[in-house]
Amino acid sequence: MNRTSIRRAALPGIAVLTLALTGCAAGNEASGDSGGGLSGTLNGGGSSAQEAAQGAWRAGFQTDNSGVTVNYDPVGSGTGRENFISGAYMFAGSDAALSEDGGELDKAKERCGGDVIEVPAYVSPIAVVYNLEGVDNLQLSAPVIGDIFSGKITKWNDPKIAADNPDADLPSTTITPVHRSDDSGTTENFTDYLSQASEGSWKYEADGVWPIKGGEAGDGTSGLVAAVKAGDGTIGYADESQVGDLGVASIKVGSDYNAPTAEGAAKALAASPRVEGRGDNDMAIEVDRTTTESGTYPISLTSYLIACPTYDDANDADMVKGYLSYIVSEDGQQAAADQAGSAPLESSLQQEAAKVVDQISAK
Amino acid sequence: MSVITSSPEKAPAKPPRSRGDRLFAGTAKGAGLAILAALAGVFIFLTIEGVPGLSQTEATYAPNHDFLSYVGPLIYGTILAAVLALLLAVPFAFGIALFISHYAPRKLAVPVAYVIDLLAAVPSVVFGLWGARSLATYLVPVHDWLYGHLSFLPFFAGPPSVTGRTIFTAGIVLAIMILPIITAISREVFAQTPRLDQEAALALGATRWEMVRLSVFPYAKSGMVSAVMLGLGRALGETMAVAMVLSASPVYTLNLISNTNPATVASNIASSFAEATPAKLHVLIATGLVLFAVTFAVNFAARWVVGRNERRMAR
Repeated sequence: MNRTSIRRAALPGIAVLTLALTGCAAGNEASGDSGGGLSGTLNGGGSSAQEAAQGAWRAGFQTDNSGVTVNYDPVGSGTGRENFISGAYMFAGSDAALSEDGGELDKAKERCGGDVIEVPAYVSPIAVVYNLEGVDNLQLSAPVIGDIFSGKITKWNDPKIAADNPDADLPSTTITPVHRSDDSGTTENFTDYLSQASEGSWKYEADGVWPIKGGEAGDGTSGLVAAVKAGDGTIGYADESQVGDLGVASIKVGSDYNAPTAEGAAKALAASPRVEGRGDNDMAIEVDRTTTESGTYPISLTSYLIACPTYDDANDADMVKGYLSYIVSEDGQQAAADQAGSAPLESSLQQEAAKVVDQISAK
Repeated sequence: MSVITSSPEKAPAKPPRSRGDRLFAGTAKGAGLAILAALAGVFIFLTIEGVPGLSQTEATYAPNHDFLSYVGPLIYGTILAAVLALLLAVPFAFGIALFISHYAPRKLAVPVAYVIDLLAAVPSVVFGLWGARSLATYLVPVHDWLYGHLSFLPFFAGPPSVTGRTIFTAGIVLAIMILPIITAISREVFAQTPRLDQEAALALGATRWEMVRLSVFPYAKSGMVSAVMLGLGRALGETMAVAMVLSASPVYTLNLISNTNPATVASNIASSFAEATPAKLHVLIATGLVLFAVTFAVNFAARWVVGRNERRMAR
């Protein structure tokens, strides 16, 4: 009686022990690669557009570091940056770099007690999408896009559009431009492109809120894509991974017309200068939308990771360093590209980001 | 005498109260107070969180400049959409309710009533998806027709939307959503009309319609207003369906069929909430506070109008 119950207990006991041992072994192996069998809770948050990519990174990171719980709150870029500044998050994901308006950058420096680390997490091309029967390969230049979205060109067979599309048979359909009705990073980058590249045909500053009152609008990327799909003669802008079977315009760069590609967006980012007056570890990029380099695609959204170079707690520093290192590594970039449809960073940028992240340490 | 009144078994002023009675009275009172406390709690929350939203930096209100210019078009859009929904839904709802309570044979009345009640169980986000993806497309020709034939009216001044995602479509979706509430309540009050009143009207030679007009409507009036008020409340506060259907911009316009439509307070909160900074969040909550006040005002006004009519009729 006694003996059997011992035997009953022993068998699963041994099984658990074996599992635990193999688990340890796996953990040791991983620590050899990523610099530490980390454990603890890593709190971050911000951009909701990063949520899918963060999911991929969390899964990839935790296979090597099963002791770390990564929490990512998709609360929005602005709130993410504020929570980073207040110290609630150890890192933040943001669709825009820290701005100097309202002292945001200074406050972040204060929180970190020194320069802030900002590295690009990925870049995603923004496509100009349209729904126009009988036109498959629309080509547009920045001044024409500016005219269309500010309502100066109202018909699809306008001579200015025809000049970009000598071979297309353009109908006389009325153009219905569609914009986002909510505050979004996509709108901010698209209006930034227009204000830089449209040679004055677009008269507004870059802004996350659409600057013109009135006109067709959609709520969120899905709402915008649905609106473009629903009407004939509609045109809008959306993250390239979300456009489905809508027509995608090729954008004039130099003398070529380039379709949105991950490589083109990454190349344009790599060719762009840094924002001036930032620290060495701050890779905030002032995207040059007017680039004429061949093969580039200038309309894109760069998503950043924001962290401190030093943390009070050594374990915190190790976790942030480990996680961010994974994100900017080739594996991490590929994981996000596969699962979230984002464009991996260009290799020179990726290596630089890895170097920056590598400097994270305890105080 | 005094001996008799003071004796415990002869005290008819206080009815006998068992423990069950006290328990029930207490629970009922508690429930009544709890709803008041909840309402007060919501109001206090809105005020504390919303007041800072009245005076944020100009950029927070983009593309407008201050709180009034931000909330104005939203309140206007909310009321416009709700009024549109009521105009469409109320005649239908009273018609359906009368049909069920007075006209339809029992065999038909029960299933019709059941189906209408089922409509109330459809989640609003489903109505939103249907309205934006399906109904809007089908309504595009209607928009074109209205523009072609009635464009001299400011409501149909056009140019008509090519996607159908207008406040006209939103009004129709809202009307369908508030239909079951108004129908269910007015059906119940119509059915409560005293049988003798109705038979008396018929005996005096009234037709079926005259009977309804002379005996059912006056009796049910207060209930009908309650039904409309509940419907209005839902239309004012409806969020997802409007957010998904409407192509929204911060403008005032009477034009119901163009692609430029004012958003509603609730739909604007829903679509701006996810990416809102704390400052913007205060502004959104402040718009919620304004909607709260407007809903209160509308309800009080309606009650007052009905109350005045009833006093006049009682005289």
